[in-house]
Amino acid sequence: MTALFYTGSVRPASSAHWQKWRDGLFGTRLNIFITLATAGFLLWTIPPLFRWILLDATWTGSAKDCAASTGACWAFIGAKIRFILFALYPPELDWRPALTIGLIALLLVITGTPRFWSRHLVLLWIGTVVTVWILMAGTLIGPSVPTGRWGGLALTLLISVVGFACAFPIAVLLALARRSKMAGLRTVSIIFIEVVRGVPMIAILYVAMLLVPMMLPGLSPDAFVRAQIGLTLFVSAYLAEVVRAGLQSVADGQAEAAASLGFGYWTTLRLIILPQALRSVIPALVNLAIGILLNSTLIAVIGIFDLLNAAKNAANDPVWLGFYDESYVFVGVIYFALCYSASRYSLWLERHLRAAK
Amino acid sequence: MVSGEMSVSGITSKPLPIPGSPKPGIGYFIREWWGSYPITQLAVLIGLIGIFWLMGSNMVHTMHRLGIQPGFAFLSQSANFAIGESLIAYSPSDTFGRAAFVGLLNTGAIAVSGCILATLLGVSLGIARLSGNMLLSGLVRWYIEIIRNTPLLLQLFFWSAVTHALPPPRQAFNPLGILYLSNRGVSIPAFRLHELSLVTLAILVVCIAALFAFYKVRSKRSVRHGIIEFSAMGLLAVLGFGLAFRLSGASVALELPLLRGFNIAGGFNLTPEFAALLIGLVVNSSATIAEIIRSGIQSVPSGQWESARSLGLQPGRIMRLVILPQALRVIVPLMTSSYLDLTKNSSLAVAIGFPDLVSVLNTTANQSGQALEALAIIVVSYLAINLSVSTIMNKYNKRIEQRGFLPR
Repeated sequence: MTALFYTGSVRPASSAHWQKWRDGLFGTRLNIFITLATAGFLLWTIPPLFRWILLDATWTGSAKDCAASTGACWAFIGAKIRFILFALYPPELDWRPALTIGLIALLLVITGTPRFWSRHLVLLWIGTVVTVWILMAGTLIGPSVPTGRWGGLALTLLISVVGFACAFPIAVLLALARRSKMAGLRTVSIIFIEVVRGVPMIAILYVAMLLVPMMLPGLSPDAFVRAQIGLTLFVSAYLAEVVRAGLQSVADGQAEAAASLGFGYWTTLRLIILPQALRSVIPALVNLAIGILLNSTLIAVIGIFDLLNAAKNAANDPVWLGFYDESYVFVGVIYFALCYSASRYSLWLERHLRAAK
Repeated sequence: MVSGEMSVSGITSKPLPIPGSPKPGIGYFIREWWGSYPITQLAVLIGLIGIFWLMGSNMVHTMHRLGIQPGFAFLSQSANFAIGESLIAYSPSDTFGRAAFVGLLNTGAIAVSGCILATLLGVSLGIARLSGNMLLSGLVRWYIEIIRNTPLLLQLFFWSAVTHALPPPRQAFNPLGILYLSNRGVSIPAFRLHELSLVTLAILVVCIAALFAFYKVRSKRSVRHGIIEFSAMGLLAVLGFGLAFRLSGASVALELPLLRGFNIAGGFNLTPEFAALLIGLVVNSSATIAEIIRSGIQSVPSGQWESARSLGLQPGRIMRLVILPQALRVIVPLMTSSYLDLTKNSSLAVAIGFPDLVSVLNTTANQSGQALEALAIIVVSYLAINLSVSTIMNKYNKRIEQRGFLPR
């Protein structure tokens, strides 16, 4: 009896899968043409790329071995990976930037796990940021290293995380001011947000580099700190708009109910409004974090050794001159891995939050 | 009775004025606008102004110490630096003001051509992403992921390396027979106008005015323009332009770039830096625009497709008449911010040696020491560009919003 049901009328799952692919690739005459054209394009581009990356590549040896072959020179990455990741940091203290990268990675993983979401995260962020900064500077633990020698992946992660962390309180205040009924504060907030969002980040970095030393003669912090402040202010304007969207999504009744329970303004904000507002904009926050990481490369323009600038300078070494392609591919893969996993995480989180509702 | 009924149904929202009470004066409105904590707000404002004043006076002091005169008088001094490429005549003996204008024109050129090309590429990619063909949409998906998850500066370094690594003109790539790609840049075909006179321009202006008037009259009569009407307008335009050139003796010729000796002559030459920046910005924005197009079209509920199909509309007309008008409401505001991003991102030109506004003014600041003034010009220029682009796009957006009939 059961055998009857299997005869032809119902396809097994694998066959349905196959059918979907067949329709998707060869369903109509136009589809066949598109498939063939795309396949032709891939056949034209992929094999040379594959040969360059893998088959003809040089994996070990010196610059001379690389010059002899036509493929990529991964030996260059092997020789220069320390420089790309840590740049000018004193080599005998490499454990410090390495630990910095580890601590920041741990911080991001903990922050990304919904189970750990609580107000303790704020303490964790403050603690990590302070620890990491002291660790890189070596203030308490021995030879101190000036910020001019910080660099590479450690610097990129540090400037992004510190920028995000410091921009957050500023952004919340700006968003509140922009929504408040107090015209003075509202005007200041609107002018700041719109001006910063209206100009390129490069202009803000130039203000930090060129104008601040002239405005604060003798008191001006060093170049890295100025770049960090510039990035933080830039981020805070964009973050303020995200937070404002979150504040708008909280129903008025929430604030009214809190007021009727006798809560004050700041208590209502801390316990009722902000937790709901921020929760509703978490995916936008993740996207903004990706944007910060990608935009932090602009500090290379003002001569700070971030990951991208370190990669560029690694290929300026006279011994390994001109392996720009390998260098850029390597850091490109690092940026892609970080940002792509963050954007996948954002999608997962959106589904997770919707399911939790 | 009447007023009671109205307030119950919620039509009156204004509180009725109490009879005999004095009208609120101007002071009341100012106090209402200024809001609570008036003194604290004023103190914050005065504090901010004080900080700025302190920094400004420090700035002026430093400038005097360095022997720099604050103010914009330096713009009429000789710049003494060369600019790689310029749309207007420029030499190092020209003024700083003219140099800044050259930079502004270069930024404008890159922004306008970049926005047009990015829209064309982005819309094509967005449609390809939505195509039923799994190979094509998968390929476009990975293109978008790779572009959006790597830094723009890295992409610009890449394109800069590519355009500089092209072969010399004699071995230049010559795809389709009309383009030359060499290390001197990209040569494209150009239209050259010969013996253009005021008469030609006058006739052209009259033609355009007539076409515009025709369009206005027709759009008042009918809601929708048929394909025949558009073809008629195109035909009229071609006839009018042909007539204009015939009558005034001007001529227009398509000039192809050609290899002559050791260089490529003719056509329009884009320098390697311009080409790298343009390609980089277009590729980067096209990924964003493709996603905007995809999300816009997918934002239209599938019921719209189904009901249009059940009315017997052809697929092309479903897209044009039902889906696009609704999708554009989502698409247009996002496109505005994408255009503004492209314009702002063009300031990365400074990293690959293209003389845009920021790059020229950075050189100006280093040469003259007038960093404050140079940065003020940058900020004001970008704010003006932002404001004008968003004004135009908001106007367009208003028209889009009015076109649909369905409630949102």
